[in-house]
Amino acid sequence: MKRIIGTTVVALVLLVLLAFFVLPALWLLLAPTKTAAELTGQSPLSFGSFANIGLAWQHLTGFENGVLFVWLRNSAVYAVGALIVTLVTSIPAGYALALTRFRGRKLLLTVTLIVMIMPSAALVLPVFLELNLVHLIGTAWSIILPFSFYPFGVYLVYIYFATSLPRELLSAARLDGASEWQIFTRIALPLATPVVGLVAFFSFVGNWNNFFLPYLVLPGSDEFPIQVGLNQLLSSTPSFNPVAGAGLNITSPELALAIIVAVLPVLVLFLFSQRTLVSGMLAGATKE
Amino acid sequence: MTALDTPVVAPARRAAVRRAGKTGISGPLFVSGYVVLLVAFGVLPTLYAVYLAFTNVRGQFTGLNQFLRVFQDFRFWPAFGDILVYLVFWLLLIVVLTVGVAIVLRSRMPAPLSAALRFLYYIPGALAGVASVLVWLFMLDPSVSPANWLLTSLGLDTFAEVLAPGHLSLIFALIAFWTGAGGWIVVMYGALNNIPQEVLEAARMDGAGPWRLALHVQIPMIRKWIVYMVILAFAAGTQLFVEPQLLQTASLGRVSPTWSPNQLAYVYAFQHGDFNGAAAISLVLLVIGLAGAGLLVTRSGLFKVDEQ
Repeated sequence: MKRIIGTTVVALVLLVLLAFFVLPALWLLLAPTKTAAELTGQSPLSFGSFANIGLAWQHLTGFENGVLFVWLRNSAVYAVGALIVTLVTSIPAGYALALTRFRGRKLLLTVTLIVMIMPSAALVLPVFLELNLVHLIGTAWSIILPFSFYPFGVYLVYIYFATSLPRELLSAARLDGASEWQIFTRIALPLATPVVGLVAFFSFVGNWNNFFLPYLVLPGSDEFPIQVGLNQLLSSTPSFNPVAGAGLNITSPELALAIIVAVLPVLVLFLFSQRTLVSGMLAGATKE
Repeated sequence: MTALDTPVVAPARRAAVRRAGKTGISGPLFVSGYVVLLVAFGVLPTLYAVYLAFTNVRGQFTGLNQFLRVFQDFRFWPAFGDILVYLVFWLLLIVVLTVGVAIVLRSRMPAPLSAALRFLYYIPGALAGVASVLVWLFMLDPSVSPANWLLTSLGLDTFAEVLAPGHLSLIFALIAFWTGAGGWIVVMYGALNNIPQEVLEAARMDGAGPWRLALHVQIPMIRKWIVYMVILAFAAGTQLFVEPQLLQTASLGRVSPTWSPNQLAYVYAFQHGDFNGAAAISLVLLVIGLAGAGLLVTRSGLFKVDEQ
């Protein structure tokens, strides 16, 4: 009896959590199928019509002459640009930290661990003040370069090489007269594809979703990434801001559609790499 | 064959092993790009913030005056109070529920169902940052929310009533839990997977039920990961900015623009043009983040991968 009650309670908690995690996402998918009036009038989880999605799409892309596409392009430029610099700098660094010995290595490792665990938001304002000092504010570099600094990526690569690349393999290659660069590109790199994928995914998603830094350093709508653009759309939505929203055709369904468009790249990437991700994350999570 | 080779290869191999420790300048070269970024966007901004926090607009050294000044700001302590209440909610939620759910999913469920649930719980993880806050603006608006029956039964009939100042800490904790919990459930599940089956069997043989097993075997054995999660969640939580900032935009000023310390620093820098005061506030936050990180790196034993 006690056991049955226990199981029921556990099942109930899991179900409530399931509803809590899934329903808002489901609502978001359904919202653009309804007009703003239907959204408040109809049952929240009902389906409106496909025509309404088209209409919301027209309104959304019509906002400030299609600035939505500019935001998406900006996000792509910032996220991919930073991703490339991150990979070029963090993979060799993680490799060298794991498999070579040089002065200052321990210090670098400790600093990396500390900065990695510190929330990135802690440095945003200091980074802004520094960029302001050197007059880089407002340029794409003021986003791409700070985004490129990704200590967590270095740590992932370091762990990977430290634990799964046999040193004997490197010694054998050195014996055959390979240079350090050849060893890195011909032996280490091909073996590291899983971790390169993992770093790329985390870095891209982190950059794509970042709001704080671009919000501080970018002055104009034309330079916004989609995240800051969403904030602008929010202040143009009458249900949240009756003063600014008159006549812009941006209402709740348009905002919901914009949210979907903003997360779509991450979602697609996530669905395609889910298997690799979970196994990679667990490899990281179970490392003692 | 091998026996014949050995004497010939051995000296050369020994030399190679000796050389493996000294790889010349390749190590420093390989880390150089990363070090430049680390200095430019980790070390220098921190030093610059320290410099600003201890000087005034004219660059004169002012000791602790900037700190005293921001401490006396009527908005300073309420902002830290808000964050504190938020952290209590958020850490309680995340510890109890992620560990509890992971244990249930690991020990008392067929594997396919467990995998499906982990995936479903993880879905909101894709909607991080701005997107998650916007979704929750709708969830909290009784006129459109699928949970409007819940809101109205709590006596909250309008969006404005939901956003009453006393509710904000809980609201931000719910948003953070919605986007973050799924990932931590996966991590905790992975950690639980690592507990040797024999240990669990032995405990069961000794007559431990699911509760005793969880409390006396599983939770102690994944303690490191729980500490890791708590410190990361704590440090990130102190930096809250996006959530209150967007809610402030959406609520027509009903939510204070200086709800969190980071927002207060933002107001100092961008509305008062007071970079020194802003730097002092960020430095306080930075020290909190560093303290958490330092504690974790030195005490938890999580990062002892090195030095074979």
